[in-house]
Amino acid sequence: MKFAFTDEQQMLRDTSQAFLADKSTSAAVRAACVSPEHHDAELWQSICEEMYWQGILIPEHVDGLGLGWVEMAIVLEAAGERLLTSPLFAVAQSTAALLGCPASEMRDLLLSSLAAGNVISLAMGNQSGGWDSVGVTANETSTTTVLSGEARFVPFGFAAAKLLVVARDASNTLTLWVVDPQQDGVFVEPTPTMDQTRPMATVRFERAAVSSDQLLATQADELVSDTLALSRILTVADQVGVAQASLDISVDFTKERKQFDRTIASFQAIKHKAADMMLKAESARSLLYYAACTADAWLAGEVDRDALHEAAYMASACASDAAFFNAGCGIQMHGGVGITEEYDIQLYFKRARATESYLGRPSEMREAIACQLLDGDVA
Amino acid sequence: MKLTFTAADEQFREEVADWLNDNLRDEFADIRYRGGPGDEHHFVDERKAWERRLAAGRWTCIGWPDTWGGRAASIEQQVIFHEEYARAGGPGRMGHIGDTLTGPTLLAFGSEEQKAKYLPPIRDGVAFWSQGYSEPGAGSDLAAIRTKAVQDETSGQWKITGQKVWTSLAHESDFVFVLARVDRESSRHHGLGFFLVALDQPGVTIRPITQLTGTAEFNEVYFDDAVCDADDIVGAPGDGWKVAMGLLGFERGVSTLGQQMLFQTELDEIIRIARANGASRDPDIRQRIAEAHIGLKTMRYNSMRMLSGGEDGSLSREAMIYKLYWSSWHRNLGKLAMDVLGPEAELIESGPYELNKLQSLFLFTRADTIYGGTNQIQRNLIAERALGMPKEPRGQGM
Repeated sequence: MKFAFTDEQQMLRDTSQAFLADKSTSAAVRAACVSPEHHDAELWQSICEEMYWQGILIPEHVDGLGLGWVEMAIVLEAAGERLLTSPLFAVAQSTAALLGCPASEMRDLLLSSLAAGNVISLAMGNQSGGWDSVGVTANETSTTTVLSGEARFVPFGFAAAKLLVVARDASNTLTLWVVDPQQDGVFVEPTPTMDQTRPMATVRFERAAVSSDQLLATQADELVSDTLALSRILTVADQVGVAQASLDISVDFTKERKQFDRTIASFQAIKHKAADMMLKAESARSLLYYAACTADAWLAGEVDRDALHEAAYMASACASDAAFFNAGCGIQMHGGVGITEEYDIQLYFKRARATESYLGRPSEMREAIACQLLDGDVA
Repeated sequence: MKLTFTAADEQFREEVADWLNDNLRDEFADIRYRGGPGDEHHFVDERKAWERRLAAGRWTCIGWPDTWGGRAASIEQQVIFHEEYARAGGPGRMGHIGDTLTGPTLLAFGSEEQKAKYLPPIRDGVAFWSQGYSEPGAGSDLAAIRTKAVQDETSGQWKITGQKVWTSLAHESDFVFVLARVDRESSRHHGLGFFLVALDQPGVTIRPITQLTGTAEFNEVYFDDAVCDADDIVGAPGDGWKVAMGLLGFERGVSTLGQQMLFQTELDEIIRIARANGASRDPDIRQRIAEAHIGLKTMRYNSMRMLSGGEDGSLSREAMIYKLYWSSWHRNLGKLAMDVLGPEAELIESGPYELNKLQSLFLFTRADTIYGGTNQIQRNLIAERALGMPKEPRGQGM
């Protein structure tokens, strides 16, 4: 039993943090947010070429690094700490979906494409914004299958070379398709977001014809729900980074700021708030790495789906609360400047809000746990 | 990063479980799940007999070196022992202060004579210890200790005068270790001594403190020229603070997973009641039960990180949040139990004031966030030691 990083994992953490401290500075993040591409394409290129983070989850035979979820979590945690504005989450999410698909030439092609640094986004959000139903249908006509409907909240969908699309078929089961955003009947629109570091798109399908070689998975209900669980774990990693950075920059600020002839960090009202923030960040981190280990164990066939989903619910509830609590307290600790555009704490606050309910509210995560504990037959 | 134990450790787990299964029965059947926090005053004689049974199986003091009758068990093995002990419903350990505090202190700071005199009876489950740190004027501010120890120049014997408080089970113990001032002119953490004192002597008076539960586990202990031999001071006179602080670092969290096993039993009981009485349909209760479940898992993985930390004994960030986390969680659980029970929570089952388990849980968990360092003190420590924020200013005296 060693619930601590291996030397290699520690090294990955150190190099990730160092790389982002240099590249994803406050100025760089702010510039990326308002650039026409909504991110820094050069930075993404250097991530893909120098760090190879896009390949972490991709198996070696399709040009990836063949590492695991702990490694992915380490990098995404560092990304959250530095408000990294890049398609890394989108790419990791699509990789998770593809790994759950049955083996096919197309699947391997797409994984290689991801490994090469191409952006592929997963479109599964429905019109109302909930994640438990899907807004795109796949209907067979006499000659072909057509996709209709709308998928919202598609991460970096506007920058995607390909889109993975979840669609409900006539028998009311889910299917997964790959489409080219340029193809007829597919309309991708960037959607401005309150948190500008996590840009999204809405993808509309107007009788977009798809062929059988674009079909990645049928009977995909479990695949989609497992991908959702894994996506929650990816998001949790980001939230842990946000929770930690919110604590760190706020404590640093209070050590500088003087009132009543002393640093405000010397006031117990501030210290106790900071202690609570650390407790939240460390707890969320413990559940993140538990969930990451569980994802690895699930992929290795050592635990069942229920264990994966439970871990994701718990980690998501805890980390969503932690990130929002810490960023909110962070603003308060900054005092007046906390609500200015100039200071970074507001960027963390917005990112914490964006991730808090992105894949389901914390209360929904707790309700899922409650169902498991309180409903059904007693074991 | 690995969450599973090795095959050798799993084999050790089986050995512990088998032994407990073979021994925690018959005359010991009644003390299963008894004698924990809030229930420590029950079955004292039976639990002392149980200590002797544990000793016969070599299951006391397993973290001690072989030389002193321990097993030199690894951190993992100690964790496993505590987990299996809790799973089997092992009663609150009468010997735990001797096992986990006095023993390691003597092993680190004691003389060979002190080890030879005090360690074997602890190991054999026949000598029981209590701790004398807090005083009426020295709670959170432990260094404000006023109890004095004066040495007789001819005999070398020490005479101790003063008052200790919150001494758990002093009335059922044989010895107490006492932090007392040896230098009359000293203040704060200077000039203290760490003494090993027999409780059965004319200079010691023990008075139980009745708690809000109606029971009395804690005591006030009065010393009025209580006698302590020249050989029974640990370390040099003046080194008391160093010894006392060393002691606080010994436990290293090996019992945390066992503690969580008891918490799980309490949560399971609350869930069972909620399902039976329909509270499980209340949306707020559902959220809080889920939150409690998540909190307990969080505690588990916080502990696993803490236990996987550096061997140098330095206190990691996970270790620093542990007390604040569990005490707050447990206190909330007590309130959750009452809210799940609703009006039923008020009824006393047997008189005059015999509280049931959940009632005691509710009331006694109010102590959790106070003893062993209040939540406020824990937050100060986290802010100062982990986050490098400035220390609290000291008062200027009375």
